[in-house]
Amino acid sequence: MRHTAHHHDTQELVPYGYDDLNRFLSMMSGDEKHSEASTSTLDVIWTLYDKVLKVDPLNPQDPNRDRFYLSKGHGPMAYYAVLAAKGFIAPSILSAFASAESPLGHHPDRRRIPGVEISSGSLGHGLGLGVGAALAIGLARSQGRVFVLMGDGELEEGSNHEAIAIAGRFGIGRLTAIVIDNQSATHGWPGGIEQRFAVEGWLTDVVDGRDHVSIAKAVSVSHPEMPLAVVARVGGHQ
Amino acid sequence: MSNTMRSRFNSTVVDLLGDDPLTVVVLAAIGASGFSAETRRTFGGRIIDVGIREQAMIGVAGGLALEGLRPIVMSYTPFIVERPFEQIKLSLTHQGVHATLVSIGGSWDAAGEGRTHQAPEDVALISTLPSWTVHVPGTPHEAEQAIRTSHWSGQSHYIRLTDDSNAQSFEGELGKVATLRRGSDSAPTVLAVGPVATDVLEATTGMDATVLYTTVPRPIDANGLRAAVVGTDIVIVEPYLAGTSVAEVAAAVADTPTRIRAVGITNPEMQHYGNPRELRAAHGLDAVGIRRALESGRTQVAF
Repeated sequence: MRHTAHHHDTQELVPYGYDDLNRFLSMMSGDEKHSEASTSTLDVIWTLYDKVLKVDPLNPQDPNRDRFYLSKGHGPMAYYAVLAAKGFIAPSILSAFASAESPLGHHPDRRRIPGVEISSGSLGHGLGLGVGAALAIGLARSQGRVFVLMGDGELEEGSNHEAIAIAGRFGIGRLTAIVIDNQSATHGWPGGIEQRFAVEGWLTDVVDGRDHVSIAKAVSVSHPEMPLAVVARVGGHQ
Repeated sequence: MSNTMRSRFNSTVVDLLGDDPLTVVVLAAIGASGFSAETRRTFGGRIIDVGIREQAMIGVAGGLALEGLRPIVMSYTPFIVERPFEQIKLSLTHQGVHATLVSIGGSWDAAGEGRTHQAPEDVALISTLPSWTVHVPGTPHEAEQAIRTSHWSGQSHYIRLTDDSNAQSFEGELGKVATLRRGSDSAPTVLAVGPVATDVLEATTGMDATVLYTTVPRPIDANGLRAAVVGTDIVIVEPYLAGTSVAEVAAAVADTPTRIRAVGITNPEMQHYGNPRELRAAHGLDAVGIRRALESGRTQVAF
């Protein structure tokens, strides 16, 4: 059962802006080990929800909506902050983050949080789910697109490469993967992360993961017959 | 009419594809040849072969289910249960979505291939996940019943197919415990699960024993089992890891003093080859082995 207790509140909460996100983030504590993972995703998630995704907090199950899958479920504070800013959850629940009374865990739970499409945390599950969802949306001839947010460390999981391969082979144009590259992969990605996708038939791009205009432009290009991978670099890159 | 569980799977699934636009089949290379080119053309993108990528197979099924489709997933037992087990746990169960998973190969069909293609631990593993129903049909007819019922239920089902088969279908209503032979009030009760039933009947010939049959060991038909058990001794004979269903049976008869014994596979690392019948005998699960276990009172696992 989805958590809907705050649904009524959401109508009073919209809109908040990017400048509110730090305040929302500061309301959540107790997952400091993932604070870097959380803040690395902040600008990409914000840009997607602010500029790209066709989603409506008042109609979160619209079959024609875009789907956002946070595959990299570690450190979801940025996700929760954006969901609060965009009216999916009430900002007032952020302060109870990860408490027994809260639906907001250290990993997002689709069955507890409105607007959360997948429950994640264990790395390497989101892209396979995204491939399946994108195929299903195509079969239904709906309009939705699927955006899967991953991490460069997460890419070490072999399951991702199964999904990368078949998405390329199937030419799934409604699928986009955004890889946050904060250089956390144990052994790096010689030749560049984007090459791992390109060789399997994906259109690829590399952007500054803090540059909202570049992020929005990169994920908005037309790619009707092939999936798109955008590597969003944050920190550590020279 | 198809005469193996595997061929019955194909014909039944083609029916379901025609009857239900929400049906989608997900394969990882294995089983793809079971669908004709014409069938593939007819059902377009609803037969999805991801290649030899079992984690993707379950992940894709999860994504399809998230969008309201009803996936049927099929592969060899170790490749659908063991290799992608975390995907079953997280990409299906934890998401709150459902699929019908169908394994082929059972415990001994791949006698020649050996351990890499055998997973007698499958039912035990699936049983660790909440809300899954496990089917172990004993005949192609029972397999078809299990596939159809599972598909339309909208819940999570694991169906274990094998080339092995009972001489006849013993099942009445799907999921209900059936009585195949009635012993005296003090006789032990032997519960045969799926395709071992014919051998259990042969093994108990001339013995004072009640023989029961089920194709659904989880959740077991507790009321039917309680009503059918008369004595105090229950022996479960299962074609996979010995003791897998002991907890289910124990819970069903918890209000009566009962001794439960288990006959099944105790050594998955047997590394014994040959044909399926020979491997089954080596595991002590042919009629001779089952009789030996019953007469000796020593079963592979005692609880």
